[in-house]
Amino acid sequence: MFEVILTSSIQVVVVIVVVLTGCAWATWLERKVLGHMQQRIGPSYTGPYGLLQPVADGLKLIFKEDIVPDSVERLTYTLGPMLSFVPALLTFAVIPYSRDFSLFGLEFKGVISDLNIGILWIFAVTSLGVYGLVLAGWSSGSKYSLLGGIRSSAQMISYEVSYGLSIVGVIVIAGTLSMTELVAKQASDSIWFFENWYLWRNPIGFLLYLTCAIAETNRTPFDLPEAESELVAGYHTEYSSMRFALFFIGEYANMLAVACVATTLFFGGWNGPAFLSFVPPVIWFLIKVFVFMFCYVWLRATFPRFRYDQLMRFGWLVLLPLAILNAMVTGLVVLWLG
Amino acid sequence: MVLFAFFFARLIRPANPYPAKSINYECAEETIGTSWIRFNNRFYIFALIFVIFDVEVVFLFPWAVAFNKLGLYALVEMVIFIMILFYGLYYAWKKGVLKWV
Repeated sequence: MFEVILTSSIQVVVVIVVVLTGCAWATWLERKVLGHMQQRIGPSYTGPYGLLQPVADGLKLIFKEDIVPDSVERLTYTLGPMLSFVPALLTFAVIPYSRDFSLFGLEFKGVISDLNIGILWIFAVTSLGVYGLVLAGWSSGSKYSLLGGIRSSAQMISYEVSYGLSIVGVIVIAGTLSMTELVAKQASDSIWFFENWYLWRNPIGFLLYLTCAIAETNRTPFDLPEAESELVAGYHTEYSSMRFALFFIGEYANMLAVACVATTLFFGGWNGPAFLSFVPPVIWFLIKVFVFMFCYVWLRATFPRFRYDQLMRFGWLVLLPLAILNAMVTGLVVLWLG
Repeated sequence: MVLFAFFFARLIRPANPYPAKSINYECAEETIGTSWIRFNNRFYIFALIFVIFDVEVVFLFPWAVAFNKLGLYALVEMVIFIMILFYGLYYAWKKGVLKWV
C-alpha cells in the first residue's frame, strides 16, 4: 500500500513538472517557428537560440504588478484563472505515456491513474475549462471581456458536441473507454509498426477530432474569443501578472493535452517500431506529441481567422452531421466485418 | 500549487494602485454606461440546442462501448433516435435560428 502511494506521488510530481516545462517551452517553440515561417528569427537574445526566453517571461510575469480594476467581482475574478488552469492539468492523470516499468526497485505503471473510463474523464474535465473563461469574462466588468467570454462559451459548447462525437467511431471499433487498453490494441509487432493505428480505420474521425480540438483550445483559425484586432484580448483583457500567466499556461496545457489524447487515440500512444525496442516508449510518445504541437503552430502561421457566423454555421451544419454520420458508418462497417 | 503561485507573486511584486490605473481597459476612455450590457439572445438558443445534442452524446458513449455485444438491433435503434434529433436540427435550421445575422 505504501509503495503504491509512493510511486503514484512520484509520478504525479514528475508529470506535472514535465507538463509545466513543456508548456513553457511550447511558447518558445511557437514564437521561434512562427518567426521562421514569417522570415524572422524569433527570440534570439536570451540564451542560445533564445532558449531561455520562457524563463525570462516567467520571471517578468511574477515581478509585474497585479492590477485589479475597481469594477470586478472579486470572488469570480480570482476563480476564473484557477478554473481554466486546473482542469487542463487534471487531464494528464489518465494519459498513458509508457508501458509499466521498474526504476530504483520500485514498480511503476505507465499512467498515473488507469481509469476504465479514461476518455470520458478527459472530456468531462476539459469541458470544465469553459467555466473559467466565462467567469473571467463576466466578472472583469469590461465590455471586451464580457464579449470575449460570451463568444468563447458559445464557440466551445458548439464544438463540444462534435468533439465528443468524433471519437465515438474509435470507441465503437475498440469497445473500451480505457486509455491503456486503447494503446494496447494499437500495438503491432510487424515492421509496419503503424498498421494498427486507429488513424487508418477512422480517418474522418481524426480530422473531426483535430478540427474540434483546435476550436476547443481557442487557437487560430478559431481564436475568435481573443481576437486581438476586435476584442483587445477577449476574456483576459483585465488580467495581469500571475493571473494572466495562469490563463496562458492553461491554454498551452490544453494544447498539450489535446496532442496527448490525439496521440493515444489515433497514433498508437507510446507504441514504437518493434525493431527499435531499445528506445524507451516514452520517447516515442514525446515525439508524436511534439509533431502535434508543431502542427498547431503551423496552422496558426497558415490560416486566417474565421468570421463568427461562418464559425457557427461550420460547427452546426458541417461538423455535427459529419460526426454523427462518421459514428454510424463506423458502426455499420464494424457490424459488416464482424 | 495555484494558491502558492498567487501567494509567492504577492510577496515580491510591486503594488501601487491609483484611481486612473484601476479603471477598465478601454483605450483610456471612461466606459459609457454599465459593462454588463445585454448581449444577443442567439447565444441562448445555441446553448439550448447544445443541451439537446450533448445529452445525445452522453447516450452514444455507452452505446459505443457495448456495440460489439448488441449488434444490428442497437445500430437501427440509434439511427432512429438520431433521425428524430436531426429532424429537430433541421427544424431549427429552417426556422433560421442557426443563421448568425
